[in-house]
Amino acid sequence: MLCDQCKERDAVVHLTQIVDAEVTQLHLCEKCAAAKGIETTVSMPKHPLSDFLHAVQQQSAPALGDQARCAYCQTSLRDFRASGRLGCAQCYTAFEGALRELLRRVHGAARHRGSEYETPVAPGFVVSELDSLRERLALAVAAEEFELAAKLRDEIRARE
Amino acid sequence: MTLDLSLLPDGGMPWITASGPHADIVLSSRVRLARNVATYPFSSRAGDQDRRRVLEQVREASAHSELLARAVVLRLDELTQNERRLLHERHLVSRELAELDAAVARSGSAVLVGDEAALMVNEEDHLRLQVFRSGFDISGAWERASRLGRELGEQLPLAFHPEFGYLTSCPTNVGTGLRASVLVHLPGLVLTQEIGKVLTGLQQMGLTYRGLYGEGSEVVGNFFQISNQTTLGRTEDELCDHLARVVSHVISRESEARRVLSRDAGYIIEDKLWRAYGTLRYARSLGADEAMNLLSGVRLAVGMYLLGGVSVYTLNKLLVYSQTAHLSLAEGRPLTEIEANLARARHLRTALAAEAGEA
Repeated sequence: MLCDQCKERDAVVHLTQIVDAEVTQLHLCEKCAAAKGIETTVSMPKHPLSDFLHAVQQQSAPALGDQARCAYCQTSLRDFRASGRLGCAQCYTAFEGALRELLRRVHGAARHRGSEYETPVAPGFVVSELDSLRERLALAVAAEEFELAAKLRDEIRARE
Repeated sequence: MTLDLSLLPDGGMPWITASGPHADIVLSSRVRLARNVATYPFSSRAGDQDRRRVLEQVREASAHSELLARAVVLRLDELTQNERRLLHERHLVSRELAELDAAVARSGSAVLVGDEAALMVNEEDHLRLQVFRSGFDISGAWERASRLGRELGEQLPLAFHPEFGYLTSCPTNVGTGLRASVLVHLPGLVLTQEIGKVLTGLQQMGLTYRGLYGEGSEVVGNFFQISNQTTLGRTEDELCDHLARVVSHVISRESEARRVLSRDAGYIIEDKLWRAYGTLRYARSLGADEAMNLLSGVRLAVGMYLLGGVSVYTLNKLLVYSQTAHLSLAEGRPLTEIEANLARARHLRTALAAEAGEA
């Protein structure tokens, strides 16, 4: 069947119009349908992750660089960029500064306000708190996140 | 191990009964929570041994949980490809966990199925717990998911960050780890071409939509899965309430569209829907998408009171049982596409004839 409009291309859109109880059938090709502003496909939204990864690419943290690695699972920022997945819970600490900014972009917020349960403490897991603070300080300095670095420095001093 | 479906309470599909509010438009409401055990790398980075240990710990923890204590544990690494597909067709496992195209699933991949809740283990996150409810009942789903989350959280050392909340493999799920969704049937909005506006509106409201089988699945049969897009910065109650408010608006738009259709195009619609019913009653070969679209037509006819004697419960069952893995299980062997199309048409016409009292 040819398009009612251009009479050239095959009609792929079949439209039933009802005007004053008068029913008319309109057969259009994709091009003429689009010209009439009729949506022919229901487009799927982009995966939220693609926006997210785009934000990662935009992120200017050259000092932290692709080489920065999580001390626990060895995932690097480069790995994260490639897969969109972090390697372990410690990655959130290792890449804290970069992630905070990204979370703000993706979720419009970077602070959890939901529930928290009394969770049993994992035995032998948490690296000494001081070590972890020192590691976070080094990464914050590398990423030129001076505000965070100053906060961490004060925390370390208070504990030493 | 073979999959003994009789072990699964309600077939693992408590939503199928169509007993909930607005069940002709809303098939199911679901709340899922993503959690990880702090002591292991996330699933994609974990070795087989770690994955098996995670499963062991999760099984122990769920024995203490009221909602999962009597759950059936299905080890995906011990199931055939068709059995994994079947669980996917029931929405019990994701495409990722089921590894539909692989001969064998990864070690430690499992799903625990209880009366009201199910728990995927070693998916993208160590734990993906989900609660399904029939019809439009997000608060009922959240109430149970919250209880289950607390029960498991008291047993397992979960990865939690004071600022970022529950930590997940993908940062798009971090914080509450909560995804609330409803599976809605919106043929009225599609036929009146209002759907584009509605879907754009959803995205502006911070919600997202997908096809019948979630992430990456096509929209077929006018079924849309609507869910929250963000998980951080708002409480679980706020996320659920927001979704419920928007969805209740979508339901009224759909009802309105149906009124417009029957007022302005009554006989055209009636003819279209009876043709769909006629095809399902008498066709000899039906493809999966075709069957889904015809079932959508019959579902609309039932919702508009044009067709009596077919229950929404039966239509829900047909949606699931007319899929390839279910047909293969019924036939006792894997089916080629042609065989599946023949078996599908046979299954649908037998079931609808029985429903019409002509069996």
